[in-house]
This record gives sequence, C-alpha cells and structure tokens, in this order.
Amino acid sequence: MIPVCRLEDLPAGESVRLDTTPPVAVFNADGELFAIDDTCSHQDASLSQGWLEGCLVECPLHAASFDLRTGRPTCLPARRPVRTHQVYVEDGVVHVRLATAEEGSAA
Amino acid sequence: MRPPTAGRMRTVTVVGASLAGLYAARELRAQGFDGRLVVVGAEPHQPYDRPPLSKGFLTGACDEGQLALSEAEERAELDAEWMLGTRARALDARGRTVVLDDGRALASDGVVIATGASARRLRGPALTGVHTLRTLDDARALRAELVHGPRRVVIVGAGFIGAETASSCVTLGHDVTVVEAAPLPLAATLGAEMASVCAGLHARGGARLVAGVGVAGLRGTARRTSEGTELHGTARGTPEGAELHGTSPNTSAPHASSSGGAVTAVELSDGRLLPADVVVVGIGAAPRTGWLAGSPLALDDGVLCDDGCVTTLPQVVAVGDVARVGGLRAEHWTSATEQPRVAVRNLLAGRTVEAARPLPYFWSDQYGSRLQFAGRRREGDTVRIVEGSPDALGEGGFLAVYEHRGRRTAVLALDRARPFMKARRGLMAAAEDRAGEYGEYARDAAREPARM
Repeated sequence: MIPVCRLEDLPAGESVRLDTTPPVAVFNADGELFAIDDTCSHQDASLSQGWLEGCLVECPLHAASFDLRTGRPTCLPARRPVRTHQVYVEDGVVHVRLATAEEGSAA
Repeated sequence: MRPPTAGRMRTVTVVGASLAGLYAARELRAQGFDGRLVVVGAEPHQPYDRPPLSKGFLTGACDEGQLALSEAEERAELDAEWMLGTRARALDARGRTVVLDDGRALASDGVVIATGASARRLRGPALTGVHTLRTLDDARALRAELVHGPRRVVIVGAGFIGAETASSCVTLGHDVTVVEAAPLPLAATLGAEMASVCAGLHARGGARLVAGVGVAGLRGTARRTSEGTELHGTARGTPEGAELHGTSPNTSAPHASSSGGAVTAVELSDGRLLPADVVVVGIGAAPRTGWLAGSPLALDDGVLCDDGCVTTLPQVVAVGDVARVGGLRAEHWTSATEQPRVAVRNLLAGRTVEAARPLPYFWSDQYGSRLQFAGRRREGDTVRIVEGSPDALGEGGFLAVYEHRGRRTAVLALDRARPFMKARRGLMAAAEDRAGEYGEYARDAAREPARM
C-alpha cells in the first residue's frame, strides 16, 4: 500500500507519478481514480504527462492511447498493455496497491 | 464501406518494409483490400523502429527485440508476402510492374512507394571506424565499436542524429566532439534563438561542440596497396550527393567493404586536426528515388505527390521519408505513420479523395532532456517563452511558442511534455479550422520547403 497524495490534491483531469520501480501513474478521470504503469509500453515516455480524455490517456510522445480501466492500448503504436493497479481512498488520502507481476495485466 | 476499386485491385506491392511500408500494409487490409499483398524490403529485417537506434539501442538500454514493429501473429493476419533482402530496381513506364534486383517482375495493380531515405556520406575512400547511422546494421556496427572502453568519438553534423548519437556516446563514457559546419546547429529548424539554447545541451551533457567550421577530410592509417606502396586514406568533406537530388544509395561503397586503413583524425577546414578512433557522419539523408529514374513519376527531392500522397500515376502512392507530399518532404516518424491511411484510401479510390496534412511533429532525446517540436515555423516568427526558463537547462525545462502576427505557428518544449501536448493539440485544431475556412491558405502553407 503506497500513499499517493490527499484526494483534494488530485482534482479531476489531473495525474500524479509515483517514483516506484517501475513508476506508476495515478489519474483522476472525471472523479474516478485509476493507476497504471507510468511508462508507455511502446517507448520511454511518462503516461502521467499524457492527455486524459474520459477513461483514455494518450501518450505524450507518440500518441499511443491506453484504457485506464484495463491497461489495454486502444491504438498504435503501442501493442502491449500496461499493468493496472488498485487505487482506493482512506481518510482522504489516495493509496495505490501495486499489482504483482502476474496481476494487473490485461493480456 | 469497402472502396469500389478495392476488389478490382488484385495485387498491391508495397516497396519498402519500413515504418511507413508496414503502416501502409496494415491500412490496405484495414480498408478492405483482400488481394495479393507483397512487401519488398531492401534490408533483410522485418520492419523495425529507427528512432531508438541513436538512443537506447546504442547505449544498450533496449535490444533488437524491442525495435520490432510487428509480431509474427500480426504478420500472419496481414497475409502479405514479404520479400526481404530484395531491392526494387525499377518501376515500369505504366507504373504496373515493380522490377526486383534479382530480375523478378511483380505485376501490380497498385504500388505504395515507401523506400525512405539513405544517409549521406562523406566522399573519399572508405576507412574503418567511420559510420553513418540510419539502419539497424549501421547501429549494430557502430555499437560494436563503442563497447570496448573509452574512445575518441567525433560526430560530423549536429542535427538530431548527430546530437543523439553524441549524447549516447557520452553516456557510454567516450570522449565526444561534435563538428557542425553551420555557425549554429538546428538554426534552420528551430530558429536562431531556440537553436542557441539547444546548442547549450552539448556542453551541459559533456560533449564538445565545434560549430561554424567544416570538415576538410578524414585522416586514416596507412594502407598497403597491391603495388606495395603506402597511401594515406583521406576523404573530402563534401557530402556525397549533396548537389544531386535522389542520389542512389548505390553510388557510395558501403563502409564494410573498406579497402582503406582505419580513421585516425578529422581534419577541419581551418586546419585543425581532431584525433578520432570513431567517426559518425550525421549530415542528413537523401530520399531513395534512384530506382525510379526510368519511371514516369516526377522526382524532385523525393517522389512528388499531391496533398493526398498520390503521384503522377493514380495507382501509385508514396509515403514516409521518400514522399514529397503537397510540396513538403518531412523526415518525421509521425508523417510515416499518418500518411499511409490517406495514401491507401486514395489508392483504393483510384483518385485523391482525402488530403494528408499532418501537423509536423518531431522529438529528440539528448543528454537526458527531451525536446519536442510541432508546427510550421517560418523565418521571422517571434519566439516567446510561456513556461519555465531556457536559462535553467535541465531544471524543469521550458515551453516556447513561435508566433507570426500574433498567431501561433509552432511550439517547442524541453522536458515539458504535458503542456507541449496541449499546445500541439491547439495547433492541430487551429490548422483544421483554417483548412476548413481557407483551404487555399492551408495548402499554400504546406508548400513551404521542408526544413529537415
């Protein structure tokens, strides 16, 4: 369980990057929280800096798009999913429970 | 709906098993072409991604497997015939037959030209230790020389390939000097103000930049000729084929067949001698159009196409680095991935029904920083820093916008991916609006000469 930030510090449309190994991106997509691996499965780019639209995040480098709910890419150039992680709020603090290597993969 | 001519085309040949070639093959199937699909590739490799070659592949951060653009499963679904390690030699007068270097002739109802560009080289005898960086084989050869302890590396050309290669060489612990003939690297692309900022990355990263001085030649160790006399290898500093359009890659001998000695130094036009164990020549690329010389296609710094990637023959389209689309030839990864959808649509329609006007976009990773640029900068545009500061390179970066009469023309970011993305989207939306309102204006703007 990793505390991320206070809920009010992650308003809708915003994202935050956790310096875990590998790093994790946490998003507030219109009020719903999601966490996925931060590094695009295509090439080295931080998805927490991507363009958030609904439940999709577009990679800031080559415009690959991922579904935050499943981690699956919705278009090229990404072809592999990113892992998803559990997010929950406790006492007003956002937490992430990292998936194990086997979990969290939609593939 | 399936285009009416998709069924009439029985064979489509894609020449170039490249990023653009693969995307074209995918689009052909996605848009309903179910006939024979042939992909011809000069290199022996399945399509791979080139951008990492000067970055992670060189430093060892990524391996060859990660360069692959498609897996066996996808290729099986594409149901294409891959003719790899095979060069196209000619396109016949009607644009209906692709002739291969082994003499085979591929009768084709449609042709997609995706032959890319080839790295320009310095003239002169080949010397070992001298490299270009364009293909996987180039990168393998260069990498092999960089893993045996510190070397003196001289990079000729401070464009993106040169800068990224220099950065990778510094990461690997080499002594790196970058030589650039222009007084300021990348000035034509970024404008003087921002180019000056980016030039500072070299020094910050630990490489020496020597700008405003050309390369007179390369010095090499003595080699023994068949007559037994000793000669010194020298190469003149003019880029081969720089004055010619569409230089065939066959005009220069590959470095591997070197008959000279090993490179020892780079001689500058002011007489200075830079000792070198390894030289990387990054002086641009020429579109691979040599094989089309006898065809009816119009060639001028690439294959001339209309706004929809259609050549002078309606059943022949061109995409990627080799294509000059609506007057603009952009050697950009993004163009190679965005043009094929439109090109294939027009090919299957038998005429231009859609224009491909992607907003130019490129990125470069140098010395731990990421540079991103989008838009069409023009000479005389003003530059405004809207976020961060260029004085603090590497400490948060900056976002700069280029403006012409108050209207935003381009955007440049250093380590500011998120605001860059927003600004890039704004430019794309504005370009679409203008294309709708002033179609002619947008087409004229697209006819500006290519800057890269």
